[in-house]
Amino acid sequence: MTLNEEASFSKPHKQKPTKTKSFIPVILIGIALGYLALMLYIPAVNVFYQAFKNGVGPFVSNLTREDFLSAVKLTVLLALIAVPVNTIFGLCAAWAIARHKFPGRTLILSIIDLPFSISPVVAGLMIVLVYGRNGWFGGWLQEHGIKIIFAFPGMLLATAFVSMPFVAREVIPVLEELGSDQEEAAQTLGANSWQTFWRVTLPNIRWGLLYGLILTNARAMGEFGAVSVVSGNIAGKTQSLPLFVEDAYKQYETEAAYSAAVILALLAVVTLVLKGILERKTGIKSTKTH
Amino acid sequence: MLIIPITAMFFKAATKSPSEFWQIATSPIALSAYSVTFVTALVTALLNGVFGTLIAWVLVRYDFPGKRFIDATVDLPFALPTAVAGLTLATVYSDNGWIGSLFAPFGIKISFTSLGVAVAMIFISLPFVVRTVQPVLQEMEKEIEEAAWSLGASQWQTFWKVILPPLFPTILTGVALGFSRAVGEYGSTVIISSNTPFKDLIAPVLIFQRLEQYDYSGATVIGMVLLVISLLILLAINFLQSWARRYDTK
Repeated sequence: MTLNEEASFSKPHKQKPTKTKSFIPVILIGIALGYLALMLYIPAVNVFYQAFKNGVGPFVSNLTREDFLSAVKLTVLLALIAVPVNTIFGLCAAWAIARHKFPGRTLILSIIDLPFSISPVVAGLMIVLVYGRNGWFGGWLQEHGIKIIFAFPGMLLATAFVSMPFVAREVIPVLEELGSDQEEAAQTLGANSWQTFWRVTLPNIRWGLLYGLILTNARAMGEFGAVSVVSGNIAGKTQSLPLFVEDAYKQYETEAAYSAAVILALLAVVTLVLKGILERKTGIKSTKTH
Repeated sequence: MLIIPITAMFFKAATKSPSEFWQIATSPIALSAYSVTFVTALVTALLNGVFGTLIAWVLVRYDFPGKRFIDATVDLPFALPTAVAGLTLATVYSDNGWIGSLFAPFGIKISFTSLGVAVAMIFISLPFVVRTVQPVLQEMEKEIEEAAWSLGASQWQTFWKVILPPLFPTILTGVALGFSRAVGEYGSTVIISSNTPFKDLIAPVLIFQRLEQYDYSGATVIGMVLLVISLLILLAINFLQSWARRYDTK
């Protein structure tokens, strides 16, 4: 009721923007666009320009380099493991937080957000302190011949750490808005908790979940700071794609750096497009900053 | 995943005596790294506070061609890996880059100086203010502004006395979020900076360098300083958000 009233009230107002001072919007739009162009668009276009300025030939030959291919493989593998793990964790955490009232709930909420506020380098440092040679588990790990730091498991830990909060963050508000009525109805009708989850909860949260998944994936594939602390950056072995970009640039192989950067930029474009589609479908806006 | 690493860090830091801790935390190189990091992050966060609010305003209040495209691309810094951001910013803002060459004749170097660090920090923290202010601005009722106008307020007065006060806590929240991101940023800043101590060396890079030298306790002490500051910012953000909620009429 109230919503409809509001809508009918505000409609006539929308049709009369102040026409008398129309130069102010133009100036403001101009400033906004100028700022965005300087900071975002020109640098973004530059990625593609630099990669293709000598034609497609060098680009293709860079993409078939051995160390590049292994970096791609490593990045994909990291995402393939970290994303599902964080999805399951995120769903559990979201469910626990949205469906249960317990003391310290707000504290847990802020703890889940921690990976966003901690510097990636500090995150990497923490992992080194726990699993590194002199770390807490270092001795035990060394005795059993397990290598975590400067190897794939460490990179995976770092990736999972920095991309942890996304799913929980996107799913919690959806679950809270949903309420538990439908789930309770399903259970009184004889569904077990597994069935309730798959048939009632999951379809309801699917867009929020997908949104979280996309963001998790983008972060997992693009993470640089935390991964670079724990990886040791050995070309062809523990070098993910973002590390390859930086390494190539430092070795003055700018062209190779840009060829790899294009791939990562395309990933960003795909992420933004999918995000846009999901936002239009659901009407949600990024809740990242909440 | 979360609790153990953080406690490990506190324990490692606790193995140092307070005086040793203090000595490492306030060594000249660390102090200059903090000041470069925090001053640059603060200035860029405030700059984004102004321009981010303006962008949010333009996106909410005006219609113009390409608006949808711009709305979608504001999130680019979230989606673009930071190494790519650093790479392209370093090129564009270098002496012979597209934008840097415009400044070079005036003797202003951007890439590989602390100005370059600032550019990278602006880039990565740009979406925060826009995305926090946008929804609040959308909910704000235009009627109040119109009431102010009809009561004889000028556009300027309407902006300062009617629009800005309820938005202010939200803008500050966005600034704090951007600041916290900029302080911790490593990927883009390490590429665009020359990482020269006492000039444009930032705290996260200093931690990384200590680690490379296997100076774990040195890295931990500086990491602790950053961690504590991030936690303080987090507290401040929570406080700002509850302040902003007071203006929520719903």
